[in-house]
Amino acid sequence: MTSAVVIKGMKVVRDGKILIPKLDLEVPRGKVMGLLGPSGSGKTTIFRSIVGVQAISEGSIQVLGLEAGTIGLRNKIGYLTQSASIYSDLTCEENLKYFSRILGTTEISVNEIIELIDLGANRKQLASTLSGGERARVALATALLGSPELLILDEPTVGLDPLLRIDLWKLFHRLAQQGKTLLISSHVMDEADRCDHLTLLREGKVLASGTPAELRAQANSSEMEDVFINLVGAK
Amino acid sequence: MKAKRVLATTSRILSQLRHDPRTLALMVVAPCLLMTILKYVYQAQPQVFQHTAAAMLGVFPMLVMFLITSVATLRERTSGTLERLLILPITKGEFILGYAIAFGIAAFFQSVIVSSVAIGPLGLKVAGSQLTLIFVAVLDALLGLSIGLFVSSFAKTEFQAVQFLPVVLLPQLLLSGLLAPVETMPGFFHFLSHFLPLTYSVDAMKKVMMGQGSFAHDFELIGVFLVLFLASGAMTLKRKS
Repeated sequence: MTSAVVIKGMKVVRDGKILIPKLDLEVPRGKVMGLLGPSGSGKTTIFRSIVGVQAISEGSIQVLGLEAGTIGLRNKIGYLTQSASIYSDLTCEENLKYFSRILGTTEISVNEIIELIDLGANRKQLASTLSGGERARVALATALLGSPELLILDEPTVGLDPLLRIDLWKLFHRLAQQGKTLLISSHVMDEADRCDHLTLLREGKVLASGTPAELRAQANSSEMEDVFINLVGAK
Repeated sequence: MKAKRVLATTSRILSQLRHDPRTLALMVVAPCLLMTILKYVYQAQPQVFQHTAAAMLGVFPMLVMFLITSVATLRERTSGTLERLLILPITKGEFILGYAIAFGIAAFFQSVIVSSVAIGPLGLKVAGSQLTLIFVAVLDALLGLSIGLFVSSFAKTEFQAVQFLPVVLLPQLLLSGLLAPVETMPGFFHFLSHFLPLTYSVDAMKKVMMGQGSFAHDFELIGVFLVLFLASGAMTLKRKS
């Protein structure tokens, strides 16, 4: 089975600064893959490159068998940006309806997603009056519209209620079981264990890659936080 | 181009406006207030009011839509919604057309109300039809929108976007023939006025007032500017950076 995303020798330079020197990365299809690293490690840059809004100076990115940014990918990727990219002067429902009409999905799917993400109570509320966590949920809901094959989620669980966080991780795995691919970033190491596959990132370079168990064995530690520290020290 | 996505964008923008009643009120109240002031400033010279008020009916929609568009598109850029949209199956043309229709509708209502106030209580005499007047006003609004769209790509903050108003629109206002007929300006400025879109909208408005003269030339040139700015504006909506 081919990988959903294949990045080869990618270099990203922005404003004269090298953000990613040279990166090789594969995202396995039908799995939940975590991209972990401190802020500034290049997670968002990698995501932006995969969805095709970040120009790369070297290398190649194949997404679902196509070159990143191609028209054919426009309704196949769901992207959740780090700061919720929604219209703050629209209600939750209006935001979702707009994105669903752009995607050409049905009204029913908007209602389903509102249920799924537990936004029923905020349905008619203006996004500007929502809390940070609620805004993040609306943005996540827009990313899930149209059931895209590949979900790129930049820190989807930041600031969320722990119970909702557990629910969301369950949802992510359910989607993976349906054959969707999920690439999720986090700077919270304790979320690492919820991923099928992990890539640790630091200063634009891959520090280590493997299943959570493999990384533990490699770093000889049971705590993910220590795994990261040990691996940084080993380099 | 899919009508569905254009209309979705139009109705989204109209909903945003609906949730902002203060902006809506300002869009209508401010021009009416200015018209009233104009009327009484020129109380001793009613013919000057006739002349200026006519041109102002074209200037207001342009000014307001320039401001609203530059701030709105800048917001789309900074909030990340534009980037988010451009990776979805919407084209730049659909996006811009969605904006043009939405703000065109807003401009239509604005000019219906403002021109009715001017013609009614303020006693502005219009020899041409009010419908033509409204049509010119909507064209001006679209012109303001297209310039605002283009200019907003040079601004990084809403603060900067607003600062473009005096730079981009005020010189046009001075040279448009609103204050003095373009024919009486020194050679260079007269020449320059031919390359400024507002000149043609002021000219068209004056013709509506007098009820004579052909609009063909004015409309042609406004159309050219419109296409030019919209195309340049579309090019500034980059998918990749």
